Amino acid sequence: MDFLQPTSLDDALALRAERLDATPIAGGTDLMVDINFDRARPAATLDLTRVPELRELEVDADGAWVGAGVPYLRILEALGDVAPGLCMAARTVGSPQIRARGTLGGNLGTASPAGDTLPALAACEATVEVASATRPRREIAVRDFIVRPRRSALEPDELIVRVRVPRARGPQQFGKVGQRNAMVISVASFGLAFDLDARAVGTGIGSAGPTILGAPAAEAWVAEAFGDHDLWATRAALPDGVAKRFGELVGEAASPIDDVRGTARYRRHALSVLAARALAWAWADARRAEDAA
Amino acid sequence: MKVSYRVNGVTVEADGVWPGASLLTVLRDHMDLPGSKNACEQGECGSCSVLLDGELVCACLVQAGQADGLDVRTVEGLAGDGATETDVGDVQQAFLDAGAVQCGFCTPGLVVAVDHLLARNPDPSDAELREELSGNLCRCTGYVKIIDAVHLAAARRRATAGAGAAGGSGG
Ligand SMILES: Cc1cc2nc3c(=O)[nH]c(=O)nc-3n(C[C@H](O)[C@H](O)[C@H](O)COP(=O)(O)OP(=O)(O)OC[C@H]3O[C@@H](n4cnc5c(N)ncnc54)[C@H](O)[C@@H]3O)c2cc1C
Ligand code: FES
Ligand code: FES
Repeated sequence: MDFLQPTSLDDALALRAERLDATPIAGGTDLMVDINFDRARPAATLDLTRVPELRELEVDADGAWVGAGVPYLRILEALGDVAPGLCMAARTVGSPQIRARGTLGGNLGTASPAGDTLPALAACEATVEVASATRPRREIAVRDFIVRPRRSALEPDELIVRVRVPRARGPQQFGKVGQRNAMVISVASFGLAFDLDARAVGTGIGSAGPTILGAPAAEAWVAEAFGDHDLWATRAALPDGVAKRFGELVGEAASPIDDVRGTARYRRHALSVLAARALAWAWADARRAEDAA
Repeated sequence: MKVSYRVNGVTVEADGVWPGASLLTVLRDHMDLPGSKNACEQGECGSCSVLLDGELVCACLVQAGQADGLDVRTVEGLAGDGATETDVGDVQQAFLDAGAVQCGFCTPGLVVAVDHLLARNPDPSDAELREELSGNLCRCTGYVKIIDAVHLAAARRRATAGAGAAGGSGG
């Protein structure tokens, strides 16, 4: 096994193109487990931890650029206001040790529909910026980034550079169901982002299909229901049944499977409950913010 | 490959390291520092916890070369740089006094994690310390005595700091 350790993004991209048989490594919290257990034996690893461009985190008026190699711990310190949903998700990843090393680039690169940050990122319409040595950079919506389990939209010579996270335009929520409270792979997860300016609700579903899913029917229904009840303008309490119906529609958008962590039926049910709660909690936050203003 | 770390204040080199090996393997098998334990090799148990450039990490998930040239603090160095095998730091002493050690396999990782926690939060609540230690599993104690030990170490460290002396150890 070769160990490649570039110290700039240009060098990293050149090496990526030269060594298509290399596997990038950031925090190692996914890849090292596979190497330790002999499930992966890459011909080379391409260490990204010494590439400064990948460790940049920039906040501007409209949101944040989060470098692919920024660990969760730093995201939690820096993005509480800009991206509350992402932070809620990041806080549930593994343990303090995992959050000190694990990165967004790694969560995306692993391309698991159980990656916890992905539904939160999808709900707020975050995009992934990827680069290669020879072609212009391109942006991929988080929702489209996973093509199928373990397969992302990355070309073999590309690296994830950074993620664009739009600034929250309303309350956000993230929830996951697992087998215990700490250190779990989720059985179902759900991200929700209110856009109070656009009068819209964004959704992201994890662990309940081969990819990260949205729930467009639920999004359209709830935006209209809020309009019908004049909630956008009045910030009135959620009428009975709205959260429940929203949850049902989110559940219908999923295409879960049976596996060791849960049955498809359980996953769909759990997702409905998560989505109904997320809507109710986020709307309660919106109303509190209005009261405080 | 060759790697060099600054371990507990001393530069240590290792040659002939398989590039796919972890920091944990290098510490244990190449640098004669078997204090950090290998229990799961998948980041679940925390018994391999060390400080890498001041961050609490699982040494089993850091690739050997990723730590090249960096600072590593292991359980062997918790009593300070240049500690001997029988020296113990304040957190280790509190674990002994509180009876927080049974089989002892989780202990090296836990004391490193607790040392790191107390360096940032001198008086953690039960909820805070349970969250901060959620990456360190113990199959023996049921955690009650471990939590007692953290409070004991914290109280002694605060008392020492209050008395104007240097508190803590390596963290
Ligand atoms: C004990 C434990 C608990 C965990 N708990 C959770 C959890 O609760 N939720 C969750 O979602 N995940 C969890 N994980 C999985 C893991 O921590 C996350 O997926 C993390 O985000 C991976 O990031 P990393 O930097 O460590 O990835 P690495 O292991 O370094 O890389 C992962 C993959 O991404 C690729 N990659 C990394 N960076 C790039 C890049 N810039 N460009 C292209 N490809 C790249 C790598 O080639 C590799 O295939 C857990 C892992 C462990 C060990
Ligand atoms: S041996 Fe590293 S976490 Fe268990
Ligand atoms: S004392 Fe045995 S595992 Fe903790």
